[in-house]
Amino acid sequence: MKTASTFRDLDPEGPRVRVRFSGRDLMLREGGNLAAELLAAGVTPFRRTPVSGAPRAPFCMMGACFDCLVEIDGVTRQACLCEVGAGMEIAMPAAGRDGDA
Amino acid sequence: MREADLVILGAGPAGMAAARTAAEAGLSVVLLDEQPRAGGQIYRDVERAGERRAEILGADYLKGAELVSDLPHPNIRHLAGANAWQVEEGRRVAFTLDGEAELIEGRRLLIATGALERPMPIPGWTLPGVMTAGAAQILLKQSGIVCEGAVLAGSGPLLYLVAAQMCRAGTPPLALVETQTFSDRLAALRHVGGALRGWQALAKGLGLLAELRRAGVRRYTSASELAVEGGSQAQALSFAAGGRTHRIDCSTVLLHHGVVPNTQAARSIGVPHRWDEAQRAFLPERDPWGRAAGLETVFIAGDGSGIGGAGAAALAGRLAALAIACDLGRLSAGERDRAARPLQAALARELAVRPFLDRAYPPFAGALLPGDDTLVCRCEEVTAGDIRRYASIGCLGPNQTKAFGRVGMGPCQGRYCGLTVTELLADANGRSQDETGYYRIRPPLKPVTLGELAALAASQSKETVE
Amino acid sequence: MDSDYAIIGGGVVGLSVAWGLLGRGRSVTVIDGDDGSFRASRGNFGLVWVQSKGMNQPRYASWSQGSAAAWRGFADELREGTGEDPALQQNGGYDFHFSEETLAETVARYEVLKAKLGGNYPYEVLGHNELRMEEPAIGPKVVGAILHQQDGHANPLKLLRALAADVRRRGGRVLNGKTVRSVTRNDVFRIECTDGTIVEAARTVLSAGLGSAVLGPKMGFRAPIRPQRGQVLITEKLPKVFKRPSLITRQVDEGGVQIGATNEEVGHNDTVTVEGMAGLAAQAIAAYPMLAKAQLVRSWGALRVLSPDGLPIYQQSREMPGAYLVTCHSGVTLAAAHARFLPDWLEGTAQAPDLEVFSEDRFDLS
Repeated sequence: MKTASTFRDLDPEGPRVRVRFSGRDLMLREGGNLAAELLAAGVTPFRRTPVSGAPRAPFCMMGACFDCLVEIDGVTRQACLCEVGAGMEIAMPAAGRDGDA
Repeated sequence: MREADLVILGAGPAGMAAARTAAEAGLSVVLLDEQPRAGGQIYRDVERAGERRAEILGADYLKGAELVSDLPHPNIRHLAGANAWQVEEGRRVAFTLDGEAELIEGRRLLIATGALERPMPIPGWTLPGVMTAGAAQILLKQSGIVCEGAVLAGSGPLLYLVAAQMCRAGTPPLALVETQTFSDRLAALRHVGGALRGWQALAKGLGLLAELRRAGVRRYTSASELAVEGGSQAQALSFAAGGRTHRIDCSTVLLHHGVVPNTQAARSIGVPHRWDEAQRAFLPERDPWGRAAGLETVFIAGDGSGIGGAGAAALAGRLAALAIACDLGRLSAGERDRAARPLQAALARELAVRPFLDRAYPPFAGALLPGDDTLVCRCEEVTAGDIRRYASIGCLGPNQTKAFGRVGMGPCQGRYCGLTVTELLADANGRSQDETGYYRIRPPLKPVTLGELAALAASQSKETVE
Repeated sequence: MDSDYAIIGGGVVGLSVAWGLLGRGRSVTVIDGDDGSFRASRGNFGLVWVQSKGMNQPRYASWSQGSAAAWRGFADELREGTGEDPALQQNGGYDFHFSEETLAETVARYEVLKAKLGGNYPYEVLGHNELRMEEPAIGPKVVGAILHQQDGHANPLKLLRALAADVRRRGGRVLNGKTVRSVTRNDVFRIECTDGTIVEAARTVLSAGLGSAVLGPKMGFRAPIRPQRGQVLITEKLPKVFKRPSLITRQVDEGGVQIGATNEEVGHNDTVTVEGMAGLAAQAIAAYPMLAKAQLVRSWGALRVLSPDGLPIYQQSREMPGAYLVTCHSGVTLAAAHARFLPDWLEGTAQAPDLEVFSEDRFDLS
């Protein structure tokens, strides 16, 4: 997971909340688009594919490609269709985490 | 189960305009959209764009604000964040909202699900750091986030717009790598019919190009052999142009070579589709009001029925709403036709530019028939070479290749591989795209948890008991 | 003449027979449909299954057992030929029960069958706690399961692909995108397709699934075959969670959990319904509550190819000697039998299996 983000926030104001991604604490903009906020926080990849274990990150940002899949409270979700909430526990999807499925 | 006169899938320009027109005619409307706010992709979060973002995004984007502000109406129920995953018999829609599955039945259904970016399979297109140009725009529109040091690649006016917006935001792209050629441009200018609108579009494009020049953005045209390099992250874009090869270091590559109709919902209920050579995509068959062929209660409007842009989509949405209001006895045929006339004229003007654009910015040939090693299906990681191999053992159409190699079986349901697979099979078997066909689209259109589904079984049996 | 055999239907059944005939040096032409044909081979559940089959006809049970036993060698040979592994796993399979009564009833019936099979019916009954030792994810509503040692599963799509590749590799001629218009016989069989293609062969096998119901009567068969819809669900890929398949859930080798299946008499309608999907989801969650959080990514409706009693039909035409009807609903389970044993029956060798009980004559009684 890299931290040097190539994404810049034009307007970094606004209340932030703590979420966890793969065991790491992140302060993200409350109510922001989860995929966008994770990108801005330098998170990459979002997941590894269950087929080959290849790293993936958001591609379409419009709910069509499913490359931004993350696991929230045990359910696989499209990060680009989620809003940031305080205390979110986010993980890489289980399938493919160890290339075991 | 909820009920409404009209259920609309998609709160983009077509869906919003149709909702308002139908509501004004007295119909009860339920508008389903998976985003938290209306606008679709083109007008994503337009109601929340501040001054700075408005300046960056430009006037065309701000046009959407009116459609969004027109949406509140006593007859319109906008269900934001609703994930519609099944359409049945042309009128019943199953969707999930706030973690609960529900059913809604409409006397009419309008599919206004818009467009997707045309899949652009080139080597390395699945690496983190590679996104669609539209994705970059969405990041900017919704979140005020811009990509630094990006390279844009492909073809089409959207690339100029995104590049110009990035310049205005103070993060100009490193380069613009275009695949269309000078002869494409010449051929387009000779295109009969849309010439005047073509010049206007061209002028707009030239204005954007001047902006890019001032910002010092390098520009390459007639590029080929595009490939993204990198191991676990995009590191460079390589390509050939002007007789030599180039390599630009970058960790973000934004791809675009046109948009195509999102036909998932229409296909899932059996609307027939036909290949359109100019748009190089399948379009649903409809009558001039947007009514789907063979399905009395279903209408399709906007880019989902053929790419026409946001202006055309709103007009088509209004036309469909008029026809639906007439169907349901709220307007006489005469009233419908009178109200439709100016809309039809405006629609014709909007669409006049399309032949020019289609010809000037053709899709990148190297991504229509990618090389054997290139991944075609992002979800199941199937390559173009795999598809050609399946053709050699008897696959005539995408449903056989799906069975043979899982291509199109992943969660995206073929959205980003379907057209490529059709093109590859058509090419390999020497058959037309129409003969080759497309995936049979099945529910769920978007994933739904088994728990949400099962709760529906429980609630339905409860209803029966009661 | 084009070949010794013309096989009408290029699904798992037709290709298995073709593969077996090619293996004994026969020349074969397979005539297959198009991308949109009803194809049970693309929609089936993928079990290689013995338990509960042939409760009223022990020969069907033993025929299924013979096939299950031959499957390993068949799968290995396909893999050697093509490099494609049909992902066969034969560690037993479950029939879950949600009440003590149904469990006891089923066991009583299995005992009757077991006696008729001379004791060759290796199963055991697992109570809830024993089952939980095997499958920790099992839910509290499952009171127990019958674990049958001869059961297993495979990847039916990989099987289909391997057969399609290996039939060609063995020299079979496969014609895709064809619809057979007529079959006539003078000295040889002459099969005419709607696009004008003509195939001539000394013998012909009709294995066209539901298409056999239309073509069969033109070739002297009764072919009393009907479609029965089965809706099937599959989840996103999950880490390996289930040890063995059951009649309602199995984890495929790629990771998805497959859930099936409805039994619906709806003619040639292969759509999926909200009610059908919701019912299947509820049943799967009752068996494995952790599945409630799993995302459904695909569903499909496929049409079973059913005879009136559910058993296969193996019949030589009396009107057209040399024409054979081969049809069944368990094309995957019986694939090994069709590849290994059926050619002897078609060729009339001394090793030919006794398939008398699967003749169409059994329907004359009704």
